[in-house]
Amino acid sequence: MDYILSIVILACINMIAVLGLSIFTGFTGLFSLGHAAFVAVGAYTSAILTYYYYVPFYLALAAGAAAAGLVSLVIGVPTLRAKLRSDYFAIAILGFGEALRVILENLEITNGARGLPGIDGFTTLPVVLVCLAGGVLVARNFLRSRWGAACIAIREDPVAAEMAGVRLFRTRLLSLVVSAVYCGLSGGLLAHFLSFIQPVMFTLVQSTQLLAAVIAGGMGSISGPLIASFVFIGLPEALRVAQMWRLVAYGLLLVLIMVYRPQGLMGYSELSRFFRKSGNPEGRSRS
Amino acid sequence: MWAGLFLQTLITGLSIGGIYALMAVGYSLVFSVLNFSNFAHGAVIMLGAYVGLALATKLSLGFGLVLAGSIAGAGIIAVLNERLAYSSLRRRKAPSLYLMISAMGCAVFLENLVYATIGSRFYAFPEFFARQVISVGGSSVSLLDVGAFLFALAAIMGLHLFITRTRTGIAIRAGVSDMTMCSLMGVDLDRLIAIVFLLAGGFAGVAGVFLGIKYLVYPTMGWVTNKAYIAAVIGGLGSLPGALAGGLLLGVVETFVSSYVSSVMRDVFSFTLLIAFLVWRPNGLWGQDSEEKV
Repeated sequence: MDYILSIVILACINMIAVLGLSIFTGFTGLFSLGHAAFVAVGAYTSAILTYYYYVPFYLALAAGAAAAGLVSLVIGVPTLRAKLRSDYFAIAILGFGEALRVILENLEITNGARGLPGIDGFTTLPVVLVCLAGGVLVARNFLRSRWGAACIAIREDPVAAEMAGVRLFRTRLLSLVVSAVYCGLSGGLLAHFLSFIQPVMFTLVQSTQLLAAVIAGGMGSISGPLIASFVFIGLPEALRVAQMWRLVAYGLLLVLIMVYRPQGLMGYSELSRFFRKSGNPEGRSRS
Repeated sequence: MWAGLFLQTLITGLSIGGIYALMAVGYSLVFSVLNFSNFAHGAVIMLGAYVGLALATKLSLGFGLVLAGSIAGAGIIAVLNERLAYSSLRRRKAPSLYLMISAMGCAVFLENLVYATIGSRFYAFPEFFARQVISVGGSSVSLLDVGAFLFALAAIMGLHLFITRTRTGIAIRAGVSDMTMCSLMGVDLDRLIAIVFLLAGGFAGVAGVFLGIKYLVYPTMGWVTNKAYIAAVIGGLGSLPGALAGGLLLGVVETFVSSYVSSVMRDVFSFTLLIAFLVWRPNGLWGQDSEEKV
C-alpha cells in the first residue's frame, strides 16, 4: 500500500511540473528543453531553507516556487527579448539548464554532486493533492484570462498576434515565469518527499520527459498532459519493468508519437469534453 | 616556463577542438539540409565508438581497419535512424521541433538500449599508439593529440572538397538553399538525404573512435556532443567552415579557461557562451542571415 501511495505521490508531483510546462509549451507554443532546471531550483531552495534554516515547510515551498520564477527571468529576459527562432530558444534553455546543474554540482551549500540527504519528509498525499488541485484551478483561470488568451494567440500565430496588439515579449515572459513557478513548486514537493536530492536528478533527460508528457498529452490541453504524465510515471513504476528498459521504451514511445500521432493523446481538447453532450463548449478547442 | 604552459594548453585545446569540430561537422551537415537540431548525433557517435571497440577487441584489427569499420557502422546507423525516425516527418513537412523531439527520443532509446544490453561499464581501446610524446618548444605533446588534430583537419578538408567539387556535393548544396526546387530539378531527395546522413554518421564514427581512444567508451559518452552544438552555433549553424572554426575555438578557449581560471567553471562558461551567441549572434561568427520566415 505504501508503495502504491508513493507512486501516486510521485506522479502527482510530476504532474504539477508538467502542468507548468503545458502552459508554456502547449498554450504559448515555445518549446523548452530546460525546465528540469526550474524544478531543481525549487527543490534546492526549499530544501536548503528547511534543512539549514528550519524555515516552516509551506513558507519554504513558496520560496522555492518564487526562486524558480526569478531564475527563469535570467534566461527568459535575454532570449525572449531577442525573439529567437523556436528551436534556438529550445537549445538556449537547454544550455541554461546544463549550466545551472554544473553550478549546483559545485556549490558548498548544495553539498555538490553528492546531493543533500536527510531532508524532512513533509510532503504527504493530501499536501500534494491540494497543490495539484490548486495548480489546475489557477492554470485554468489563467488560460481563460486575457493573458491566457494572449498566450494562445501567440501560439497560433505570433506575427498576427503582434499585429493585433499582443505584446510578444511580455506575454511570453509571463508564461515562462508562471511555468517556472509550477516547476519550482513541484521541485519543493519532490525534495520533501524523497528527502534526498542530487543535481543529477535534474538533467536534460528530465527536461525531455516533461516536454514529452506535454507533447504526448496534446498541446493545448490541460488534462491530456496530466494523463500522459501519470501514464509515464505511474505505469512503468507499477509494472516495475527494469529501470533501463523503461527508458528504452520511453525513447521509442517519443519517436512513435512524433511519427504517428504528433497532435498527442488529447489533441487540443479536454477530458471534460467527453462528459458533455455538446462537443465543443468553449469554442477554444481546435481540431 | 610560462610560455611552455601556454603552448601546451594551446595544443591540448586544438586537439580537443579537432574532435569537437568532427562532431560539429556531422551535426551541422544535417542541420543545413533538414534545418533541425539532430540530438541523436551524440548517440550515433557513441555507437560508432562501440563498433570500433568491438572490431578492435573482438577481431583485434589494426587502427586503420577499426576506423574504417566504425565509419561504415556509424554511417549505416545514421541512415537507418533517418529512415525510421525522421523520414515520415520530413515528408509531411512537420515543424522542425517535432524532428528535434523525435531525435531526442532516438538519443534516449539508443543510449539506454546500450545501457541495458552491453551495460554501463567503461571500456578502454587497446593501445594503438604507445603513449609517445614529442617535444615542441620545450613542452611535451602527445602524438595522439597531434594525430587527431591533423586527421580531423584533413577529413573536414576532404568533406569540403566533396561538397564543393562533386556532382553529389552540388546537389547537397542545392538542397540546403531550397529543398523543393532541388527536387523539381530532378534530384532524388531521399537519396540525397541518405548521403547526408551517411556522411554525418561517418564523421560521428571518426569522432567516436578518437573520443574512445582519448577517454573511454561508455553509454553516455555521446553527451559530449553538447559541446558540438555549441561549436556549431559559434561557427554558424549549418556552415562547415564555421563548424571547424567553432570547434577549434571552443576547444582552445575551454582548455584555457580550465587551466587558467577553474576547471569547474569550464562547462558553465561554455554554456554561457552558447546562450550569448544565440542571443546576440544567432548566425554565428560567419553564418549568413537565417531569420525564421513568416
